[in-house]
Amino acid sequence: MILTIALKEFRNLFALPSTWFILGALQFIFAWFFLARMDAFLQVQAQLAQIANAPGATLAVAVPLFGTLALIMMILAPVFTMRLLAEERRNQTLILLMTSPVSGAHIVLGKFIGLMIFLLLIIASCTLMVLTLALGTPLDIGLLLSNALGLLLLTACYTALGLYVSSLTAQPMVAAIGALAALFGMWLVEISAVDNDNAWRALAPTSHFQSFNVGLLNSADMVYFMLFSTVFLLLTIRRLHNNRMYG
Amino acid sequence: MPDTAPITLSARNLTRRFGQREVICGLSLELRRGEVLSLLGHNGAGKSTTLQMLSGALLPHSGQIEICGYDLARQPKEAKARIGFLPEMPPLYREMRVDDYLIYAAKLHRTPPAQIAYALAETKRRCGLHDCGRKIIGTLSKGYQQRVGIAQAIIHDPEVIILDEPTVGLDPSQIRDIRTLIRELGDTHSVILSTHLLGEVESVCDRVEIMQNGRLIYGDTSARMMQYGDGRMKLEDVFIQITENKNQ
Repeated sequence: MILTIALKEFRNLFALPSTWFILGALQFIFAWFFLARMDAFLQVQAQLAQIANAPGATLAVAVPLFGTLALIMMILAPVFTMRLLAEERRNQTLILLMTSPVSGAHIVLGKFIGLMIFLLLIIASCTLMVLTLALGTPLDIGLLLSNALGLLLLTACYTALGLYVSSLTAQPMVAAIGALAALFGMWLVEISAVDNDNAWRALAPTSHFQSFNVGLLNSADMVYFMLFSTVFLLLTIRRLHNNRMYG
Repeated sequence: MPDTAPITLSARNLTRRFGQREVICGLSLELRRGEVLSLLGHNGAGKSTTLQMLSGALLPHSGQIEICGYDLARQPKEAKARIGFLPEMPPLYREMRVDDYLIYAAKLHRTPPAQIAYALAETKRRCGLHDCGRKIIGTLSKGYQQRVGIAQAIIHDPEVIILDEPTVGLDPSQIRDIRTLIRELGDTHSVILSTHLLGEVESVCDRVEIMQNGRLIYGDTSARMMQYGDGRMKLEDVFIQITENKNQ
């Protein structure tokens, strides 16, 4: 049942022209940024060659690219999550799910997984672009994978939060702005806390992505991401139940 | 209608509040297989709220609903798989194709995969949608969208079919088709529908319940309702007399 809902969400995304437009625009941005970093790397390559243990192409090109994608995801996730529940409520299609023999948890997980498959495509396309470097230079696959995994977990957090905000309202626009405001607010908390040990930093998902970004698989960060996503998914399930209760 | 047919839907003492306002108070209903029941009432009498509670979209504050012996609150999966519901606004995804949408609805209602192709063809035949399978729902006319809505409610062959104003916004020939369909469904399933059109009661319903202010104030077979008073009144007059007597 989760899979039925997930596949339907995934396929319906491609029925919208805006999805194709966003995918195209993203590829353009990735390519632009990728080539700009490549250019910068090639210019300093001669100097780098004289240092022992010099940073390679992965560190110089892939890491900043994934860092940018993490920021872009902050805008991208709300744009897609806004439709998940808010639009169903506005178009009064939510009642089809509510009167089906499907539990609230399955509805929420189905929608979450459907969108995650789509966002995974975007992450994969970015990773593939970096992998083309392997034609000319050895790559640090470990660093690349830790970045991709970190980004995936970060995206799961953003999607779960966006899904929850989407369940609160019947206006997709309000859902998008609400989720964006929450994500942006947490990011501001992170960059305004200057020193690394500040407790405020620990609140923001972006700060937990940093260690994945430099190739560090920290179990505390993974637990944070899992908890963050689970909490918001549970809140969404609860909200759907209240929907039955209070109309 | 045989009195021995099994009871498919029974609701006891339903109440529902929105804030402080009590919208449904102490409503009880029973429906047997092979019966078409019509809920009549003025605007705001609580018809849609009642149907939403019977379909499981809204939880009642108190009372019990049983579908074919399964409690809607305790065994929602078993109970809901036996209900087909068409709300006031058909729940259609405008960007989907008719076939994809109906298959999705069938899967959601746990139709076995092997039967989906047959159920789809059969439902489209019944609702007159043979040529529309590949069309995008958003491009269909209001009448065809209503038919897709009805198709969505019957594709999993439910025991209990709940239709909220099924013929609203249709042209006269479509209304006739839909009424024929409801009558046909009523022979093997239980149908409960809400309507403003008294002609509908006369042509398709076995039984009538009239609602006012969240209560059932009159219930009888439609044949006997037409004999109400001296038996010479029109159905409109009977309806108005019943509802206004209660107001006094």
